Parts: sequence; C-alpha cells; structure tokens
Amino acid sequence: MTTTTGKSPREVLSAVDQPLTKASLPGWTPWALLAASVVVAAAVLLPGGTSIAAVAVLTAIVHLVLTGAVSRAKEGPRKAKDRVVTALVTIAFLLAMVPLVSVVWTVVSNGAARFDATFFTWSMQGVVGEGGGGLHAIWGTIIVTAVATLISVPVGLLTAVYLVEYGGKSTLARAITFLVDVMTGIPSIVAGLFVAALFVILVGPGTKLGIMGSIALSVLMIPVVVRSTEEMLKLVPNDLREAAYALGVPKWRTIIKVVLRTSVSGIATGITLAVARVAGETAPLLVTVGTTVATNFNPFDGRMATLPVYAYYSYTQPGVPPQPGIDRAWTAALVLIILVMALNLVARLISRFFSPKAGR
Amino acid sequence: MAKLIDVSDLNIYYGDFLAVEGVNMTIEPRAVTALIGPSGCGKSTFLRSLNRMHEVIPGARVEGKVVMDGQDLYDKDVDPVSVRQHIGMVFQRPNPFPTMSIYENVAAGVRLNAKRMKKSDMDELVESSLRGANLWNEVKDRLDKPGMGLSGGQQQRLCIARAIAIRPSVLLMDEPCSALDPISTLAVEDLIGELKNEYTIVIVTHNMQQAARVSDQTGFFNLAGIGKPGKLVEIDSTSTIFSNPSQKATEDYISGRFG
Repeated sequence: MTTTTGKSPREVLSAVDQPLTKASLPGWTPWALLAASVVVAAAVLLPGGTSIAAVAVLTAIVHLVLTGAVSRAKEGPRKAKDRVVTALVTIAFLLAMVPLVSVVWTVVSNGAARFDATFFTWSMQGVVGEGGGGLHAIWGTIIVTAVATLISVPVGLLTAVYLVEYGGKSTLARAITFLVDVMTGIPSIVAGLFVAALFVILVGPGTKLGIMGSIALSVLMIPVVVRSTEEMLKLVPNDLREAAYALGVPKWRTIIKVVLRTSVSGIATGITLAVARVAGETAPLLVTVGTTVATNFNPFDGRMATLPVYAYYSYTQPGVPPQPGIDRAWTAALVLIILVMALNLVARLISRFFSPKAGR
Repeated sequence: MAKLIDVSDLNIYYGDFLAVEGVNMTIEPRAVTALIGPSGCGKSTFLRSLNRMHEVIPGARVEGKVVMDGQDLYDKDVDPVSVRQHIGMVFQRPNPFPTMSIYENVAAGVRLNAKRMKKSDMDELVESSLRGANLWNEVKDRLDKPGMGLSGGQQQRLCIARAIAIRPSVLLMDEPCSALDPISTLAVEDLIGELKNEYTIVIVTHNMQQAARVSDQTGFFNLAGIGKPGKLVEIDSTSTIFSNPSQKATEDYISGRFG
C-alpha cells in the first residue's frame, strides 16, 4: 500500500504488464524429455541389475524434474506448472492402468486354454480330471442374478419414486435415505449371513437355495438402485411436472409417463451397472447357494452353481490331477469378466437409445 | 366455451406467509385480462391459484372463493385435476416434453390421460391446435421430430398448442413472451388476439406495452413493502388504466415513476 502512494491501481497493473508473445517449447519436447529420462534412469539403475519397475519409477521422477526445469527456464513458471501437472496426471493414469491391464492379461492368458465349446456345453456332472465345463455355473449366475434383479428393481424404483416425488423433507423420507446410505456400506458377506440366518428360521438349518442367493444379492443391489434412480429423478426439471399437471394429468400418470419416461435412460443404466456389480459377488453366494456339479434351473429347489463360487472351488479344490480344475477356474473368471463387460456395454447402448433427442 | 371467473376475498399463502391478500375481481369471458405489477407482488401466484396449480408447491394454500360457472373451484368436492382440464396454462419458459415429438407434445393432454381417440380424430385435433397456435405451416413437414428441436419462439407456440388441445374454457399465461425475441413475441401476441374469440385469457406480463396492446382489462398488483402481502390495487378497462387510473400508485407505476 505505502509503496504505491500516488498511483492508481490501473497504473500499478500496467507497470507489470506482460508482453503478448512468449518463447515456447516445440511440440516434441515432452517426448524428447521422456526419452532422456529413460536413458538416465536405465544408465543409473541397470548396471546394478534392478527390475523394470524400479527403472519406470525413476524415469517418472527424472521426467517430472527435467520437464519442470527445462520449461521454467524457457517458458516461465506458469507454463512449467502446466507441464509438470500434465505429466503428473499422465503418470497417475498409467499407474491406474497397471492393475487393470495386468488382471485382464492374466485372466485372458490363463483362461484361454479352456475357453472352448466343451466349457459352454458341459456341466461337471460325472466329470473327474480333464474335460467338463461351466454351463451349470453360467446358468446359475444368470438365474440368480436375474431373480435378484426382479426383486431389486421394483423395490428400488418405487422407493426412489417415493423419496423424490412424495417424501419431500418428511421424517420418514429422511430416515429411509439414511438407512439406504447405511445399506450401501454393508459388507457382502453380512448380506449372505443375514439371508442364511433368515432361512434357518423359515425353513431349517443347512438350507441352500438359488432364491436365497438372489435375496442376498438384492440386499446389496437395492440401495444402489435407489441411489442411482433418485439422482436421475431429481434431474427431471420441475417444469415438466408442472406442464403435465397443467394439462390436467393426475400425479401418478405424470410420474409414470413424464418423469420416469424422461429419466428412463439414466435409470436403466444405473440398474444395469448395479446388476454388473452384484453378478461377481462370491461371499454371499458361498453361504446361501453353495455349489453343485449338475445344471439346476430351479432357484427354489436345491443348490446351484454360480460362476464366482465355481471358480473359487475349482481353484481351491481342483482335484487330482489339479491342472484341469485350475484351468476351468481361470476360464470361469474370464467368462464372468466378459459377462460383466457385456452388461456395461448394454448400459451404454440403453442410455444412447432412450435418452431424449434434440435433433432437428 | 369461454367462461367467466369471479374471484372474491382471495388470500394466498405459502405456509404461514401471506403472499397475496384480499383479491376481488371478475375475469370477463372472451376477453384478455392482463395482470401487471412489480416483481414479487404476487401476480404469478394469483394466476396459479386460478387453476389450482398453486397447491402443487408444498405448504401452499388458499382462502376465499374462485367461482367459475357457479362452482367454487376450492370447494372440497372439487378435483384439482379436472379443474386443470378446464383451465389451461402456458408457462414463462417453454417446456415441451423432451421425450416426445411435436405431434406427441400436442397430443400429450389426451394421451397422458389415456383417453382413447381414433387416429384420424387425433390428427385433426393436432392440426387444428397447431393451426390455432400459428405453428402448423412451420412444422407440418416434421411432426415426428422432437419438440426440443424447435426455436424458443416455436417451442412456446408449441406449448400454447398443447394447452389449447385439451379444449380448455380458460387459458392462463404466465409471462409467455419474456423468453422470446420481438418477432416471436409479435406472433404470440397476434395469437392471443385470435384466441380471445374462443377463450377467456388471463396474461401476466412485465411489459406494459404488451398489456396495452393485447388486453381488454388490466389489473395492477402492488405490495406495500418487502415481506408484506401483495394486493390488487385496481382493475379496470385497459384504456382507463393506461390513460386515467384512479389510484396514484397505478399512475406512478405505468409512467415509470415507481419507487
């Protein structure tokens, strides 16, 4: 303040005015710096005989320092910060990709051996050692997950409709929201044990049924469906509800034909992602559905095999000789990943087809 | 078809807050009634209470009488849903249904109420409503395109077509031109002039020239201060209000010497 006496803010600012042009580094600079970093890191570490991972880590550090220094000297501090942060973001992205690529690579390379027609046409009935397949487990996963979806979607959808359209700020609505939040955090094994205990009371000890697995999965699925549907319903502009009311449309019809219709793409996407999320659950199915060797289409009668449980047992108790069992476990894991990926693709397609269009 | 509405001693509340106090007015059939006044004075609130859209807001309620055809709309036996089928409404911002085509938007009033109608009757209804809203010639070749693809002015006329497709007796318009350019405004104003042959129209506007151009009678709302309820200061024929108002406040507001 005291140093600028007699000067208006405008004069102070114009005194530190910057020129409009500035030196800038050519486009290939980051790549050249990266190459230099690799060379430096390799030269320092490789004579000692260290691993590729150590070289990669040192490369990243050298690259960050080098980029910052070069850019600061040539382009000034703001550009230098920009370049360093860009490099940091890229490194974080690569770091996140490492486990993903590693998992996919491991599962594909190990599962490819038994990814054949036999696996998709055979169950494990009467199979010892080589051969056999996972047809019963594929059907089991599809049936258990489908029934879980049938239970969760109506409950979750109607809960969300209540919360957004009717509940408002009432005590009941706030209590439900709180409980749904708590349910989101329930460990999956707890859901499984809850259903197992419930059926001990209802049917008797030692009961294992497909429907039990479905109920356990729906306990995990309902809060996800409620949350995603709630968010989607909140996105529907109030103008549309009022437009429908002003046409003399009753509230329930407005909700079905305007509110749900407008948000259907988001809701369907949320549901599909929730399905994909529970399809890979192992723990609750282990305690509620168990496993079996034959194909069982009836969720109300006896045990069922499911892909995650099938993979778990095939890997932990592969039999003698062990290799065919371990191979089947990997293939089951691969099939599960493909199923979940397919569901994610379906979700994307749904959101594309159902979303409101604004073309001319 | 057009009907007279008689409002007496109407108090409108949001929860405990009295928003509009003691309104008495007669809304003439086959005429345009304009409501003017400063922001926050309760014009829109009053308009929404005429077709019971006010109570859509949680905690909102009304005391007093709104009588149409000898029937008090706030009688406890009256179903607000059927009131809204008789008294249509057009909003400030155009709000066509984004999932529906132009055709479906106009048919929405019938279809959303699950009324059965023959395809040929429906086609006729859509065409006559779009013609009524001066939109037919612009959209007749693309009725199956989304309503959101139209320009703002066309969307607003689409909303008017949608409102008149349910054949209401009264049409309420809440600043229908505030989001439109002068050309679209002119189109909507011409339309209001034609519609008043068949409907009773109540329009809220901030544009006094517009009130003077389109309306037959004008009501001036004002509020004494922040937090005080809005009141109807006076209502009279438009020419009287704009040339020789009986209240000083009206004259000040109209001549721009307000506040």
